[in-house]
Amino acid sequence: MTVIEYLADNLLFMDGGTGTLLQAAGMPAGVSSEQFGLDRPDVVTAIHKRYYDAGCNVVSTNTFGVNGLKYADGDIQKMVENALACVAAARDQSEAKQKKFIALDLGPLGKLLKPYGELDFEDAVAAFAKTVNAGKDKADLVFIETMNDTYETKAALLAAKENCDLPVFVSNAYSEDGRLMSGADPAVMVAMLEGLGADAIGVNCSFGPKALAPIVEQYLARASVPVLLKPNAGLPRVENGKTVFDVTPDEFAADVTALIKKGVRVAGGCCGTTPEHLAALIAACDGQKPVPTTKKHTAVVCSGCKAVNLDGFTVIGERLNPTGKKRFRQALAERDMTYILGVAAAQQEQGADVLDVNVGTPEIDEPTLLPDVVAEVQAVSDLPLQIDTSDPVAMERALRRYIGKPMINSVNGKEDSMKSVFPLAKKYGGVVVALTLDEAGIPTTADGRVAIAKRILKTAETYGIDKDQLIFDPLTMTVSADKNAALVTLEAVRRITEELGCKTSLGVSNVSFGLPHRELLNGEFLALAKENGLSAAILNPAAPNIEPNGYARAVLLAEDENCEAYITYAASLEDTPTPVLSVGDETLADAICKGMKDAAVAKTKALLADTAPLAIVENEMIPALDRVGQGYEQGVVFLPQLLRAAECAAAGFEEIKAAMSDSDTVARNGKIVLATVKGDIHDIGKNIVKLLLENYGFTVIDLGRDVPPEAIVSAALEQNAGLVGLSALMTTTVPAMEDTIRALRERAPQVKVVVGGAVLTPDYAAQIGADFYGKDAMDTVRIAETLFA
Amino acid sequence: MATVFVKTFEPPAPDFGEAARYAGLPKTAAVPDTLKAVFSELSPALSYKVCYAEYPIARNGDVLDLGFAAVQSANLAINLDGCDRVVLFAATVGLAPDKLSEKYRRLSPEKALYANAVGAERVEALCDAFCAFLAETNATKPRFSPGYGDLPLTLQTEIFAALDCPRKIGVTLTDTLLMTPTKSVTALVGLKNSP
Repeated sequence: MTVIEYLADNLLFMDGGTGTLLQAAGMPAGVSSEQFGLDRPDVVTAIHKRYYDAGCNVVSTNTFGVNGLKYADGDIQKMVENALACVAAARDQSEAKQKKFIALDLGPLGKLLKPYGELDFEDAVAAFAKTVNAGKDKADLVFIETMNDTYETKAALLAAKENCDLPVFVSNAYSEDGRLMSGADPAVMVAMLEGLGADAIGVNCSFGPKALAPIVEQYLARASVPVLLKPNAGLPRVENGKTVFDVTPDEFAADVTALIKKGVRVAGGCCGTTPEHLAALIAACDGQKPVPTTKKHTAVVCSGCKAVNLDGFTVIGERLNPTGKKRFRQALAERDMTYILGVAAAQQEQGADVLDVNVGTPEIDEPTLLPDVVAEVQAVSDLPLQIDTSDPVAMERALRRYIGKPMINSVNGKEDSMKSVFPLAKKYGGVVVALTLDEAGIPTTADGRVAIAKRILKTAETYGIDKDQLIFDPLTMTVSADKNAALVTLEAVRRITEELGCKTSLGVSNVSFGLPHRELLNGEFLALAKENGLSAAILNPAAPNIEPNGYARAVLLAEDENCEAYITYAASLEDTPTPVLSVGDETLADAICKGMKDAAVAKTKALLADTAPLAIVENEMIPALDRVGQGYEQGVVFLPQLLRAAECAAAGFEEIKAAMSDSDTVARNGKIVLATVKGDIHDIGKNIVKLLLENYGFTVIDLGRDVPPEAIVSAALEQNAGLVGLSALMTTTVPAMEDTIRALRERAPQVKVVVGGAVLTPDYAAQIGADFYGKDAMDTVRIAETLFA
Repeated sequence: MATVFVKTFEPPAPDFGEAARYAGLPKTAAVPDTLKAVFSELSPALSYKVCYAEYPIARNGDVLDLGFAAVQSANLAINLDGCDRVVLFAATVGLAPDKLSEKYRRLSPEKALYANAVGAERVEALCDAFCAFLAETNATKPRFSPGYGDLPLTLQTEIFAALDCPRKIGVTLTDTLLMTPTKSVTALVGLKNSP
């Protein structure tokens, strides 16, 4: 029977203090107890046996001070083997009838970890690992105890989990203020230790059972694993030249039993406790049924000293992210930590509960930089972090270095994503943000997104990840590109909350892309999402609170066709630039500029009666699109209007095509292949580029999204394209863009390449060998016009 | 083996002028508001802990046998003259000053300086409070730390072994014999011969 199986139905009693007993048995001052164990194994064995005789189930090895910082490998092996042999001998000699187990004891290293001390985290892990490896074959469990530093506790637990399959019990030593020396309170320790897979957690040393009671009760309220308690026998005092502790065995038994009745499952003693204390406790608990340990079903994340329960509404600060932030990107490139840390500190002051950390820019080495930035931010802010990367190597390194239990951003419904992220979440702990997209992209319906959420949930379960540890992001899409975008997201939020009983998180600002006064839409969208049950949002905590706005709400609820009422309203607000695009209603160009589709078709038909098709395109359509395009570039026309104008032009264009004879040629010479590169499934931007290019008369071969380099090369060759347009929205797929360009250079050197996408910069476009950088769709049109002129 | 006691003190009254002096300001300078702000930020996170043990002193020629270690130090011998017992103690205000100065290292070097200065003032004030506590029941000598005069810093190793500082108050010793948290002090206080 394993100790875990035994613990499932029974109270488990551990041993008491050994230091004072060893001294009483003649251990000289200045000699370490592990050294004394080598010299006098008989004395140590006799003390162990007294605890088994007293009825204890678990006796810990005399290895508190044995670790790789203090001893050479050979000494560790010798000391650990000797210590295990002492406990095993005691177990075999004792005639007591209870179940008996041996715990391999790990105490603190006696060095403070960086950044406040000199010890590197990985060196700490390695130091503990040596003891674990020396003793794992002959122990029933690992007992990590008396730890007063959060980070060192993580190092010890990780060392145990990585190097053996034994159950691991973890116990911390608290100060009077209810915190560890490092500042952590029980909420922090419960979150972190459960996340890292501890099998039982609790407190030892410090004080007597009465003084520890408030701390133990916090553990009991929060922990989903068994709680352990090994208090001191109160405080020491000197009586007639002898050290005595002030809590008697009977008091000890009564005080600890009171906490066992409240739910403590593993009990023993620490400094000053004796076999008599334990015998009294075990007798007092005779017939005492253990209180069942229950799952608490909470999602808590933490830093080294602050826990945040995600049951309330959680504001996740979005500003530690280079996407679309030139200054931040520059800071990362220059390793300008002062700027980055300033952003972190500011967001905390502005009320963020959690800080998202993303360093993904194409120029930098994420696996190196992300863990460093995480460590730096943790030194400045005590807020829990959301580690934001799609690079599994960067994610693992950051999770390892992180102090506490972070949010993990993110996993999605793709098999590959779940295969790489869930094992990390299981090993290191963390609340995982799960995006409802998969190999087929982002479903356009709430049904589709809920279905992906269900699949993610099910897969997480197979990794042993509870649904409490997932928070779903059903993805915010741009309402100006699809009027139902917000409704779908809101429905998905509601259904994931109600049907799956899971938490949700959204990045809200994407909803307002391309529209004026985005803050109104973002604020209203956030309010609507909260009404639908949203539990967290990633946003700019500096954004002011927005009063409810009916125009914005109408847009989000798909009640404002083409956002017209909203745009008019926004134009009436003070700081919106007044539209300079004044349009009459006489010509086809006017109709296109105004986005009047029926009028555009009618006027095209009328013109076709007496005008050459090509002339209509040249004289009406392209000038109209140019006007709208310029307006967009100047910020007086917004994305929905641009798209609508393009649609009008396309409708007119259909009429022209239908009227044309085969000999007429409308299209310009330019043939353009467009693709979102391999691994990237974002295609909104690329689709806009396509629409505009077609409007301008170019022939566009759209290869879609997630297109491998070879497919793009083949298409360019087959189509004899003059230009290839590549889009990438994610930093992680920019390398695929570079690969594609390299392949094109080798096999189709005559083709020019334009690249675009949120994460690109002109510099980086040049660096990966592109000929042009397209800032946006209009810019790409201009590039094509110049190239094919 | 002597019994090691742990005692937690109430926050001693702040001496801003002393903190300003630690920050390198002249005695005549007004205490900057920023320093006071840093004090307010730091204050709630501080702890005031001391672990200590008492030993008899035996003299053997030049060598002082202090129970936990035998030392040769003319300066300490003078300090402990007339004493038959010595209290060895380690005091710390915890990790908070180190954390705050690390936080401000890049954000505000001025505040980082004050975090250090306030931490230094706080731990000295704690030592004063502890010595006052000893003086309630003993006639005491001024405290004397390793590194003062000819008392070697290497004594720290024996002090840490004797007091079990990591376990008792969370203070650890680096390989270079410096203490972490840095706002920590070890010292000896001679108790004068019983009359």
